[in-house]
Amino acid sequence: MPLAIEVRGLIHKYDDVTAVNGIDLDVSEGECFGLLGPNGAGKTTTVEILEGLLEPTAGLVRVLGQSWKGNANALRQRLGIALQETTLADRLTVREIVVLFRSFHDRGVDPDAVLATVGLVDKKDEWVMKLSGGQKQRLAIACALVGEPDLLFLDEPTTGLDPQARRDLWEVVGNVVRRGKTCLLTTHYMEEAERLCHRVAIVDKGKVIALGTPAELIGRLGGSQVLEFGSAPEMTAETLEGLPGVREARHVLDRWRLTVDAAHEAVPALLERLRLHGAALTALSTHQASLDDVFVLLTGRTLRGDA
Amino acid sequence: MNPTPPRLLGPLWELVLARLREFFREPTAIFWTYGFPTVLALALGIAFSGGTDPKAIPIAVLDGPRQAARVGTLRQDPGLSVVSLCEDEARRRFEGARIVLAVSGDDEARYLFDPTHPEADATRRRVDDLLQRAAGRQDAIVTRSDLVQAPGSRYIDFLVPGLIGMNIMSSSMWGIGYALVEARKRKLLKRLAATPMKRSHFLGSFLIARMVFLATEVAAILAFAVPVFDVRFQGSILAAALLCVAGAMAFAGLGLLASSRTTSTETVSGLMNLIMLPMFVLSGVFFSASHFPDWMQAFIRPLPLTMLNDGLRAVINEGAGVGDVALPIVALAGGALVTLAVGLRWFKWT
Ligand SMILES: Nc1ncnc2c1ncn2[C@@H]1O[C@H](COP(=O)(O)OP(=O)(O)O)[C@@H](O)[C@H]1O
Ligand SMILES: [Mg+2]
Repeated sequence: MPLAIEVRGLIHKYDDVTAVNGIDLDVSEGECFGLLGPNGAGKTTTVEILEGLLEPTAGLVRVLGQSWKGNANALRQRLGIALQETTLADRLTVREIVVLFRSFHDRGVDPDAVLATVGLVDKKDEWVMKLSGGQKQRLAIACALVGEPDLLFLDEPTTGLDPQARRDLWEVVGNVVRRGKTCLLTTHYMEEAERLCHRVAIVDKGKVIALGTPAELIGRLGGSQVLEFGSAPEMTAETLEGLPGVREARHVLDRWRLTVDAAHEAVPALLERLRLHGAALTALSTHQASLDDVFVLLTGRTLRGDA
Repeated sequence: MNPTPPRLLGPLWELVLARLREFFREPTAIFWTYGFPTVLALALGIAFSGGTDPKAIPIAVLDGPRQAARVGTLRQDPGLSVVSLCEDEARRRFEGARIVLAVSGDDEARYLFDPTHPEADATRRRVDDLLQRAAGRQDAIVTRSDLVQAPGSRYIDFLVPGLIGMNIMSSSMWGIGYALVEARKRKLLKRLAATPMKRSHFLGSFLIARMVFLATEVAAILAFAVPVFDVRFQGSILAAALLCVAGAMAFAGLGLLASSRTTSTETVSGLMNLIMLPMFVLSGVFFSASHFPDWMQAFIRPLPLTMLNDGLRAVINEGAGVGDVALPIVALAGGALVTLAVGLRWFKWT
């Protein structure tokens, strides 16, 4: 597969912050690739360099086989972009905006067809200021799609949306991806990356700390379920030693997170161990292992940044 | 609408259309651009016109044997409003100019007036004439008065070109400067910079839209002032149009400069007010800039609003043609070229 994006040794420094600190990426044509990481990881900076909006401090960037130098206009014709946050206008209608963006591109699709793709047909004559957050995001995606791009950049398309609007947007993006559009998406929602992306790079502090398909990355945890509990007094690594089926134990905030093969075997063993040490259970939950757990495993923090 | 618009006109046309739509869908912008100058012209025009029916001049006749006779004589002049007073009361009424003049009620006519009051001297002569004639003085020659209202010489005639100039300044600066910073703040500029849109098209659309607004703004003020206050447009329409376009471009250039790197709308508002405020005061919008002392004139004359206002007055009130106002036209156009070029060079999209 030819590469749609090729990045080697990318570094970007703002005055005193190194936002991107040596990133390598390969994104194939037809792939939906996710940059997953907490706020401030350097995702937007990376994407804006790829979009030709920022000059990298160092490193090699090729987009659709070309470097930005000397090819800016040709490249812009072929990219579709939704920035992390943009207010396109207040008092223009949805359709007027899409027609405007269509006019910038030499080729493209019918604005009404794009509005159908993102599910905004019944809002096409509405002023942008009257749209909900989710509808504004769908409009941003419509503007990105209307130039019939070979490569689509979506920077945190669902940040700030309520869960229902987020699921609706996944539906829209999922359809675009399924039709084989190459797409680079950033997010700090692991569920979003798991649902939409073929491959994911987990980014933290300007570096890629893990790369692979969501299944591969979760597989690295060794177990398929995560058991999270709190107790008084707190257990220690020693007092948890030797619990059956526990692959990995991590202490995050005031909780322990145990990666286990099967929760129904681990839970009784854990309760027995707590009783032995005279500790009372204060919280207990189990969930399917996710990319969030991968991030915790790698960094000791959660993606939401609450540790 | 055609899904594939004509290539050449397409993006520029769509951008201009977007500017026009956004403007005409914003009620407050419409008021400040069209309503405000009209209201101002109406208020000031009414306050300072008064020429057709001047108010009667308040005077007093003081207590004395001839008081009643003199009151009777003077009341025949409808331009005077006469009261009988004692001298103490009359002296009090000079305070605040509640009377302009008092004449004694004795055989000898003694006049009391404040010589610094602008109408005092004329009133004294007017009253004196009436009293002398009533006492039997014969005029040596027959006189007659023909009242002339010279076009272009009233306050409203002075005011209207100033309002046009002021409106061009503020709408050009706000329309360019504020709108660009707003677009930058919303990251719209960044988003557009990521498209294949020609950057010249974007800034060109602002200037083209400005021309449309300019024409309608000036037309709105004239459409109001001409029928309501009988303001006469004496000179060359082409000269006025060139002045307006050059002035609007010069102020658009200043707006572009103020906005070229600013990211907050508060900062750009402050910057533009800093540029505009001195001109509001100094450049002869509401009163002639010639009231300022000579040493300030060297600074006031080259201000773009001074050039625009003086040029518009020369054309509208004094009948000047293109040749007469060529200097301000060229100076404003030159200023526009420089400010637009520098503003573009400094302009930051992201
Ligand atoms: N314009 C800027 N100037 C200075 N620092 C910046 C700027 N933009 C981003 N940063 C910093 O760079 C780091 C990475 O930011 P960003 O790329 O926006 O991360 P993400 O998109 O993953 O949240 C953060 O520490 C952020 O504060
Ligand atoms: Mg970001």
